[in-house]
Amino acid sequence: MWVLLGIVVIVVGFMLRFNPLLVIMASAAVTGIAAGFDLHAIISAFGKAFNDARYVSIVWIVLPVIGMLEAFGLQERARGLISSLKGATIGRLLAGYLLLRQATAALGLTSIAGHPQTVRPLVAPMAEAAAEKQAGTLTDEEREEVKAYSAATDNVGLFFGEDIFLAIGSILLMKGLLEQYGIILEPFELSIWAIPTAIAAFIIHGFRLWRLDRRLARKTAAAAHSGDSA
Amino acid sequence: MITLTWVYVLAGTAFAAFALFNLNDKSNARRFGNAAFWGLMAVSMWAGNWLGDFGNGLLVLALVAIAGFGGLGKAKDDAIPEATKQERAARYGNGLFGIALIIPATALAGTLLFKEFPTLFDVKQVTLISLAMGVLLALTVGYAWLRAAPTLPLSQGRRLMDSVGWAATLPQMLASLGAVFALAGVGDVVGGVIQQAIPDGSLAGAVIAFGLGMALFTMIMGNAFAAFPVMIAAIGMPLLIKQYDGDPAIICAIGMLAGFCGTLMTPMAANFNLVPAALLELKDENAVVKTQVATAIPLLIVNIALIYFLAFR
Repeated sequence: MWVLLGIVVIVVGFMLRFNPLLVIMASAAVTGIAAGFDLHAIISAFGKAFNDARYVSIVWIVLPVIGMLEAFGLQERARGLISSLKGATIGRLLAGYLLLRQATAALGLTSIAGHPQTVRPLVAPMAEAAAEKQAGTLTDEEREEVKAYSAATDNVGLFFGEDIFLAIGSILLMKGLLEQYGIILEPFELSIWAIPTAIAAFIIHGFRLWRLDRRLARKTAAAAHSGDSA
Repeated sequence: MITLTWVYVLAGTAFAAFALFNLNDKSNARRFGNAAFWGLMAVSMWAGNWLGDFGNGLLVLALVAIAGFGGLGKAKDDAIPEATKQERAARYGNGLFGIALIIPATALAGTLLFKEFPTLFDVKQVTLISLAMGVLLALTVGYAWLRAAPTLPLSQGRRLMDSVGWAATLPQMLASLGAVFALAGVGDVVGGVIQQAIPDGSLAGAVIAFGLGMALFTMIMGNAFAAFPVMIAAIGMPLLIKQYDGDPAIICAIGMLAGFCGTLMTPMAANFNLVPAALLELKDENAVVKTQVATAIPLLIVNIALIYFLAFR
């Protein structure tokens, strides 16, 4: 039971807003000591896993390209394009991106989009421009909300698209685990059951995007109305 | 053969450049901290396989010490003035999208194409390899067409990297914590606790405990992959599959997706939830998580219902 202390450290540490890196280290130390490992073993286990997980940090090599393109006005161009499109609303834009992200992830193309590659340079500025067009001006809170929705839409699209693909990590994990219990399944038999949830994710998140869309559009209508009566 | 090692060399070079640019920038009072932090990341990328497990562990401790005790600072903002960017945006127009799309297009083409050449490319890593190639191709086109100053991509990349800061290493750190948890047997203990909490003889109770357990344990671990074997061993296999004769494919596939709902709701899934908040320069680091909760909870309910109605026909 004592090994659960590490989880307590994580939860309390995050809640008290200590630096997450320190919280993680403290949790690893507490968990390891509770399980009876010495410090050398804990540090080695952590170091080995850190080295094995380096591929996670490869994505940062896109930053020089993004930095270069932003210096040449990529975000401004993305905003300009959306402002010039008739009928571009934040709801339609993000719902379209959601569908595209789900569809490409379902084909196994999970790394072609993402927060550094597409959300920061393209999706978020486009969403902001569409929202500005709808609402006239955005408050700081609304601007934050639009950006947060852009990132959230990427996550929802990725998570509830990728499992439809046969060879994605989670499907292979399930197949391997079930084999240990003597149940042999083809990846296809597993991945097909990701489809109902994918549809539900599109409907639920799409509905929220539609409501965001309506809320921002109503703001212009309200502003125009109060302008008339003044 | 082109393997992931080449990509690590490239990534190490990028981190080393970020370190050097910081070292040379006197406008950052903590420039040595920044330089040491990204320099250590470069060492990890270049030489991680030769450092040994304990050596890598010490490298991690150094990273944590620098970041955890306020060693990272920011340089004076050297962002390009808005007017210059507007003028350039007008001059280069939609061609800028063309360069931006080189990266996903190369990743797409490479993923499909490189698999046909197993002697030239490590087929298990084609996506990351083609992502790296897309970056190099986009840089080449950028230099040729935009005539960008030679150091501009790296100096601007450094600015973006410093704005993300130590959060950039969180995903790797959390993955490592997961490994320590696994070694200590945290999963088995949690599984045992959950098993005792299920009401006896209730299929609905067991399905709800399975779905909620996947989401909650994923929130703690920041990763559905870590939660999945635990919940399958504690509830999925003994109760849902063996006792109630449920369809294992449906229980596993949708159970994993219930876990993904948990991923949407936790700061522990740093690469999806905290990193974008830093990248988009949001004031509230938890803004993305908060936005996702209202999608995740109804979707979790849908997943639990899907398991209940589909797996036990």
